[in-house]
Amino acid sequence: MKALVAVKRVIDYNVKVRVKADNSGVDLSNTKMSINPFCEIAVEEAVRLKEAGVIDEIIVASIGPKEAQEQIRAALALGADRGVLVQTDEKAYPLQVAKILKGIAEQEGTEVILLGKQAIDDDNNQTGQMLAALMGVGQATFASEVKVEGDKVQVTREIDGGLQTVELSLPAVITTDLRLNEPRFAKLPNIMKAKKKPLDEKTPADFGVDMTSKQEILKVEPPAQRSAGVKVASVDELIDKLKNEAKVI
Amino acid sequence: MAILVYAEHDNTSLKKATLSTVTAAKEMGGDVHVLVAGSGCQAVADEAAKVDGVSKVLLADNAAYEHQLAENVALLVKDLADGYDHIVAAATTTGKNFMPRVAALLDLSMVSDITKVVDANTFERPIYAGNATATVKTTESKVIVTVRTTAFDAAPAEGGSATVEAVDNAQDAGKSKFVGEELAKSDRPELTSAEIVVSGGRALASGENFTKYIEPLADKLGAAVGASRAAVDAGYVPNDMQVGQTGKIVAPQLYIAAGISGAIQHLAGMKDSKVIVAINNDPEAPIASVADYFLEADLFDAVPELTSKL
Repeated sequence: MKALVAVKRVIDYNVKVRVKADNSGVDLSNTKMSINPFCEIAVEEAVRLKEAGVIDEIIVASIGPKEAQEQIRAALALGADRGVLVQTDEKAYPLQVAKILKGIAEQEGTEVILLGKQAIDDDNNQTGQMLAALMGVGQATFASEVKVEGDKVQVTREIDGGLQTVELSLPAVITTDLRLNEPRFAKLPNIMKAKKKPLDEKTPADFGVDMTSKQEILKVEPPAQRSAGVKVASVDELIDKLKNEAKVI
Repeated sequence: MAILVYAEHDNTSLKKATLSTVTAAKEMGGDVHVLVAGSGCQAVADEAAKVDGVSKVLLADNAAYEHQLAENVALLVKDLADGYDHIVAAATTTGKNFMPRVAALLDLSMVSDITKVVDANTFERPIYAGNATATVKTTESKVIVTVRTTAFDAAPAEGGSATVEAVDNAQDAGKSKFVGEELAKSDRPELTSAEIVVSGGRALASGENFTKYIEPLADKLGAAVGASRAAVDAGYVPNDMQVGQTGKIVAPQLYIAAGISGAIQHLAGMKDSKVIVAINNDPEAPIASVADYFLEADLFDAVPELTSKL
């Protein structure tokens, strides 16, 4: 069976973000961009399923600017077979992304669809769920373990208070949580080979999707700064401050 | 105009997250109705009816809703959506799981994890792990949002007298099946609603040290125990104790971070705490930038001393 993995190009998680002075957004010029960490976990899981003989082919899709092909190439270097870049310069909101991914999943006939649980830029945590709804298939969000057995998949999910296991019939959408696996590093020969793997270029219009959203970001501001703290010299001083100054104990 | 609030519960009692969600809904303006979907959950509906500001409780009591499977719950909420302009749920793992599914079934975009209601269609929400705050306006025919519960006070649990109305709507999408559950047992307060949280990081070096150093301090303070991702990944504590962008978001009165460096990911989960105390032997640790009180000390000396002197 085939797997579809969605990857997003985001600001590298180690970069300290700066809000633009005109409050129109976050300054992304000259900043390092990477695959969203949760998407990387999704790629790794697909590759492991392929190594286990469950999956025959892995298709990686990304929706975004032309530069997003760097992230697709990175996923190809990790073991994915081919890529689809749906190029758009408009801001991609989850509903529109889910509609495009539905188009790809149906065109390719993919049965296992893997996404990260959220992108670390918009922190929405919506796309996988929306995709499952649009396709009318089951969903397993925040996965920490995935077992494919025949035409079913058992997924252990991280929920508030512990873990929950659900069983879905395939096709199904799975979104990855941090503890699902530890992604491998791409080896240099694989990075070279990835350059030769096929990469299709499409546009949202190819899937009949209009990228305009009825959601608009009016402004982006830096969060309220905490006032500078003080250094205490001893445990006694700390207790005194907490009791008499902060009055929290 | 009416607002539908999805109740967070465990089939026996209403979770506090629901009360904060009701507060957020009230700020949007309009009649607040609460939907209790579950199995054998009459008691939850009765509890919800007493919440101040709730005018009606809808009770969908059916085996299909027992484990809040997204496929089934989303169909139910979609069916009920007609009479509502706003659909609101807590941004818990339950709310995050089914709400985007509802939105897509209705072909609407949604707004996740709001921290402030500006007006009925405009909200503030954190982006980039809390390093920026976006003001988002939606012009969709229905407003679908999840609420960051620590950003809103809990509505009074008493004072309301809503009517409970049964909803006869059993949706089983037949796409998913509940297999099992493994819940971490704890006598301490729930992490997301605790007044005081004591958290440990990688520096604890073992699970035994959590039991030996962090837990006695938490018990002394009546606090919940949290952890950094490093401590969870190292296997010292179960992952539902993780505080951070990818774990739980907390905003207690007092947050004590022992042996936590303060990576962006962790700060995103706790920097709205009222008072932050850091105990760390590295004065350059990023946690110092958000701590109100910073004690430069070895936690293995300082934490027991703190516990004994309280």
